[in-house]
Amino acid sequence: MSVLTNHLDLFLYTFGQTLQLFAISAVLSLVLGTILAALRVSPVPVFRGIGATYVTVLRNTPLTLVFVFFVFAYPLLEIVKIEPYTAAVVSLSLYTAAFVCEVVRSGINTVPVGQAEASRALGLTFTQMLGNVVLPQALRSVVPPMTSTMIALLKNTTVASGFAVVQAGSIRDSLSEQGENVLFGLLWVAVGFVILVMPLTYVQQVFEKRWSVAR
Amino acid sequence: MTAASTSPMIRVAGVDKFFGPLHVLKNVQLEVPKGQVVVVLGPSGSGKSTLCRTINRLEPIDSGVIEVDGQPLPAEGKELARLRADVGMVFQSFNLFAHKTIVENVMLAPVKVRKTPATEARKTAMELLERVGIANQAEKFPAQLSGGQQQRAAIARALAMKPKVMLFDEPTSALDPEMVQEVLDVMTGLAKDGMTMLVVTHEMGFARKAADRVIFMSDGEVVEDSTPEEFFSAPKSNRAKDFLGKILTH
Repeated sequence: MSVLTNHLDLFLYTFGQTLQLFAISAVLSLVLGTILAALRVSPVPVFRGIGATYVTVLRNTPLTLVFVFFVFAYPLLEIVKIEPYTAAVVSLSLYTAAFVCEVVRSGINTVPVGQAEASRALGLTFTQMLGNVVLPQALRSVVPPMTSTMIALLKNTTVASGFAVVQAGSIRDSLSEQGENVLFGLLWVAVGFVILVMPLTYVQQVFEKRWSVAR
Repeated sequence: MTAASTSPMIRVAGVDKFFGPLHVLKNVQLEVPKGQVVVVLGPSGSGKSTLCRTINRLEPIDSGVIEVDGQPLPAEGKELARLRADVGMVFQSFNLFAHKTIVENVMLAPVKVRKTPATEARKTAMELLERVGIANQAEKFPAQLSGGQQQRAAIARALAMKPKVMLFDEPTSALDPEMVQEVLDVMTGLAKDGMTMLVVTHEMGFARKAADRVIFMSDGEVVEDSTPEEFFSAPKSNRAKDFLGKILTH
C-alpha cells in the first residue's frame, strides 16, 4: 500500500497520461477505422484495394514495430517533425484503426442486403446509404467486439513506455530508480488498469441494452 | 393514350440478362404507358422479379435498352440515384429500415434526397401513413408491426418521394393470408388514383380487378401481353393455359 500512497502523484499523473493517450487514439482510430470499412465495402475497386492493403499491412505488423517506425525512422524522412507523444498517438491510432475497420466491416455484413437495396431504390447515394442506413445498424451489432478492441487499445498504450512517452507503463521505471518494491508497484498498475477498463465494460452494457430495445 | 408524342413511362426493349450461364431475361419487350397498371404473372423462376428489378437497375442488364419516362437508365452514380428517386419500389420482404421508426422510415428519403425540411417531410409522412391506414403506428419500430402493416409502411415510404411510377416485387408473397387483402386494398386505391404501376404478383384477384394489362412470363420470355379478361378467359399459349390450370383448380 505504501508504494501507492508514497507515489500517489506519480500514479495519478501517469494514469492521466494513459487516459489521454487512450482517448485521443480511440477517437482517431474509430473515425479512421470506420472510413476504412466504408472503403472496403465501396463499389469502387481501387478504394476496396486501399482498404484491404491498409488492414493487411497494419494488422500484420507488431505494434512495437509501428512505434519504432514513427519514433525513429519517420523523423529521418524529415517530412514533419513529430514529438514522441505525437508519434505514440499516431502509432496507436493507425494500428487500432485496422482492427476497428474489420469490426465495423463484420457489422456491415450483418445488415441484410435488402436494407441497402431499399436505400438505393429510394435514390440515396452510396454515402447517404452508408451513413443513414447501413452504418447505424452495423455499429449496433458490433458493440461487444468494438469494446474489446478499445480495451486492447487502452492496454496497448503501455507500449509507449519503451519510447520515452510517460504513462502508466512507465511507473515501473520510476519506482525501480527510486529503489521501491517494483512487484507491488506493478500490482497497483494492474489494479489501475482494471479500474480504467471497468467503465468501458459499463458503456458496452448501456449500449447493448439501449440498442436491443430499439428494434 | 392517344398522344403519340408522349413517351411511355417504362420502355423495355430487347433486354437480355444472364446469371452466369442462366439466361433469365430473353429479348424482353415491354412498354407501360403513363397511368397504366400492368401485372406480371408467371411461374417462379420465370424472370418476372428480375425484370421488375432491372427497371431501376437494382439488377444491371447485359444488353438492350430500358427507359423510364423517356430517359435511358444511366450507369451507377448520382444520375442513377436521381432517376431511382422517381421510381418507387416495394419489396417482397418490406426492407423497412430496422433502426428507424415508421415515420422516420417514410421521412428519410424526402429529407436526404429531396432536401425537404424535416417538419414538412413529417407532415407529408403522416398524411401518407393516414392514407395507408397506419398513422397510429408512426412512432413504432418496424419489428413491432405485423407484416401487412410493414408492407403498407413500405408503400408509404415509396410514395413519399412522389414517384412517377411504382414497382411492386411480389408485395404480398411474404404475408400471412389474412394480411394480403389490406395491402392489395392500398394498391387498388393507388391504381384508381392513376398511378403507373408494374406489379409482379401471384394474386390473380388483384390482376383481374385492378390491372389494365396482364403480362405472362415463362422461362425469361414475355409469352402473353393482353387484357385481364382475355388472359384469364382465353389464354393463347399452352404455357399460360398450363399455368392457369395449375392455379385456378386449387
